Amino acid sequence: MRGSPRLPRASPPRGTYHCLPVGGAGRPSVVGESAGNAKALSPSCGRIGRARLPARCHGCRINFRSPVGRGGGVGVPRGRAAAAAAASRGAGGMPGKAGDRHQQGQTGPSGGKAVPARPAKSVSKKRDEDASTEMGEGLDEWAAAKTLIKPPDQLELTEAELKEEFTRILTANNPHAPQNIVRYSFKERTYKPISYVDQMAIHFSLNGNMILKDSDEGRCQNARLSTEAEKPPVEDSKIISEEAEIKDEESTEDIQAAGEEEAEETGTAEAAEAAEAEELPPPRPKERKLANQFNFIERASKTLNNPLRDRACQSEPTPCKNFSATANQWEIYDAYVEELQKMEKSKEKEKPRAHIAKKEEKRRGRKSTSLESQSDDITKVSKAAKIMERMVNQNTFDDIAQDFKYFEDASDEYRDQQGTLLPLWKFQYDKTKRLAVTAISWNPKYKDLFAVGYGSYDFMKQSQGMLLLYTMKNPSFPEYIFSSESGIMCLDIHNDHPHLVAVGFYDGNVAIYNLKKPSSQPSHKSSAKSGKHMDPVWQVKWQKDDMDNNLNFFSVSSDGRIVSWTLVKNELVHTDVIKLSVEGTTMQGPEGLQLQTFGCGTSFDFHKKIDYLFLVGTEEGKIYKCSKCYSSQFLDVFEAHHMAVDAVSWNPYHMKVFISCSSDWTVKIWDHTIKTPMFIYDLNSAVGDVAWSPYSSTVFAAVTTDGKAHVFDLSVNKYEAICTQVVVAKKKNKITHIQFNPVYPVVIIGDDRGHVTCLKLSPNLRRMPKEKKGQEVKKGPEVEIAKLDKLLNLVREPAGQAGR
Amino acid sequence: MLEETLKRIQAHKGVVGTIVVNAEGIPIRTTLDNSTTVQYAGLLHQLTMKARSTVRDIDPQNDLTFLRIRSKKHEIMVAPDKEYLLIVIQNPCE
Repeated sequence: MRGSPRLPRASPPRGTYHCLPVGGAGRPSVVGESAGNAKALSPSCGRIGRARLPARCHGCRINFRSPVGRGGGVGVPRGRAAAAAAASRGAGGMPGKAGDRHQQGQTGPSGGKAVPARPAKSVSKKRDEDASTEMGEGLDEWAAAKTLIKPPDQLELTEAELKEEFTRILTANNPHAPQNIVRYSFKERTYKPISYVDQMAIHFSLNGNMILKDSDEGRCQNARLSTEAEKPPVEDSKIISEEAEIKDEESTEDIQAAGEEEAEETGTAEAAEAAEAEELPPPRPKERKLANQFNFIERASKTLNNPLRDRACQSEPTPCKNFSATANQWEIYDAYVEELQKMEKSKEKEKPRAHIAKKEEKRRGRKSTSLESQSDDITKVSKAAKIMERMVNQNTFDDIAQDFKYFEDASDEYRDQQGTLLPLWKFQYDKTKRLAVTAISWNPKYKDLFAVGYGSYDFMKQSQGMLLLYTMKNPSFPEYIFSSESGIMCLDIHNDHPHLVAVGFYDGNVAIYNLKKPSSQPSHKSSAKSGKHMDPVWQVKWQKDDMDNNLNFFSVSSDGRIVSWTLVKNELVHTDVIKLSVEGTTMQGPEGLQLQTFGCGTSFDFHKKIDYLFLVGTEEGKIYKCSKCYSSQFLDVFEAHHMAVDAVSWNPYHMKVFISCSSDWTVKIWDHTIKTPMFIYDLNSAVGDVAWSPYSSTVFAAVTTDGKAHVFDLSVNKYEAICTQVVVAKKKNKITHIQFNPVYPVVIIGDDRGHVTCLKLSPNLRRMPKEKKGQEVKKGPEVEIAKLDKLLNLVREPAGQAGR
Repeated sequence: MLEETLKRIQAHKGVVGTIVVNAEGIPIRTTLDNSTTVQYAGLLHQLTMKARSTVRDIDPQNDLTFLRIRSKKHEIMVAPDKEYLLIVIQNPCE
């Protein structure tokens, strides 16, 4: 280790030496020296190459003879700092610095520990004692500052040992070369040591790329370079400058001395350009290219590896949705149907009459879109809910449904012609509990649907009215509910438009309800302005559409007018058909006015075949046969009853026969050509209603206010009912109306407590003419007519035959 | 209108519960407890699909209007609609 810097030497140096650290076993740390013994030259200055040391190192001004060295402390950081500070003082501070450093050096290998300072005052004192005048203050400082620290693992040597001198010899041997290499000799068949070992140690090797100029390769290169000089100078200069840089330090002079040919190859680009401008090298014959196959030089250079960086970007995954479907027969069918509908729609749009169609479609479209916009809610289940309700009811009333469908009373065989009425369902609605059934009618299209009108017969207690439509499929709750301010007295359902219900009110108004519309109010209503009746309307009946295809119905009322109502452009227009004037009752009023009292019509019925012919029953008990054409004259008058005629009805089969009933306890059957009735039945109680059966011309039923229903079959028993049965729960209930179902063998009966009961006719009541063997059974109306005719003939007096 | 109908059905004699299921088999209205509802809805939905498929496979112009399953304990009635399913469980009184 080279410790001390080159000092101004007082005397010429005697060989190379170093100041070695103190402490005996000074270690030479320079390669190349022999591994001679290092001598501890002095306590603080180790020198080699000298037999004996002077008292003082020439360079270091340390007193070697002081026993400072024992244990050789090391200058503390303080000492070091002092040494550093002292260094700038020049020679005076040098010794301390040098010595310090060496001491540091020693402690370095021996441990390098920061050893706490141990003030060695006594030592320094001794030093000071021996100090010559040459020791300045700096040294004092240094000495004082310096504290000798003994590393713990330092060798303990005696004084004598410390003063021992070591000799070192410098040789050229490679200390690392092995000295005992042995090789196997095949000749002698033994291992023999090699005497000579290569002592060369290579410290550094670099493959250069310099070629001897005179070698083949060099000459070749020169030639190439000279030819390239003719190319643009920039490139050349680059190449040249590169080469120049390489050869710069050592061969610059050579190149410069090369001559004209290499003038271009000189270092700087400017020089090259100038040179080139002046001199043009003579073209050289191309020499054979020598391929250097052996002295292969690899030149590599490493470029900067750009650090890689990942950049990623994630987009939102496209929304995926699973879809699955089956391909069934019906799916294919549905697709075809849709396609077909689309085609039809497009065809419709093309047609010129698309005006109306378009409007309708638009309306439909609007409706459907409005419905669809409301979709996603639960109202779409309403249809299913309706069906479900019916099913639930069917379950609950299962036995009744079974009876209705299948039960035939077997005991009728033993009853000898009597029949019974089997009660089935009971229809009631809580809001109509206080109202009386004032009208019943079956729907002509839906055979299970019937309409019931509610009102009150009591003059004193008049309240609101209701119109309910029930179906036999759902006995618990009506299908349609309409309410009105005034009690309903009568209703009729149009044959061709089964959604139109004409209704007559107690206050004299008439109205039309449209079942297709969801509102609970009538679609058309008459008013005082439009000629309503003054008294309750007792009966309404639809007629055929008039010549302008307007809907038309008739109404009869206690005010003596029979009015024809026509629905013209959404308005009810009335036409008085007939005023029922009572014959012979023109009174002489005051001041000579002729007052005419009117009869009060209570019921009417139109002939099925003869359009203009109709019958009207009045409160006085008269039945008028009228014609639509004659507004003031009656065709005929029948003195039918003593009290008000409650119902008149033409026979559905026989053209001439009609029936009437009255509160005078009688039911009478008439031939309209004969003034006297054919049959008279006394039922012991006011008869509320009478109805012909639709399946037989000889069967009819009547209901009385004592809660009984009477069924008659003229072909079986001309004088008595074949069935008399109490059909209401409480005796107080008065039955008000009865209607036969056109298809099923049931009747519905309404009472004044708002109940409607459905009863099944037992087989005896429905008896058809028995089949005789071998004879064809004639079916159809003719049979019925003939049947009735036969009966009538029996009844008619021979005198009456003349009048036929 | 629909609410009243459903209420009436629920109040009818013998009706145990009512469930309305949508097209995906998820119950949207029920009067039964959750686990029962989910069970009924899932199973009956599948059954109704199968029944409808059967009916229409035989005749594509036909369609299922009602499905009734009578068991020992009660009767399950299913009224299918275009998008919804109405299920009613009733104890028919006998």
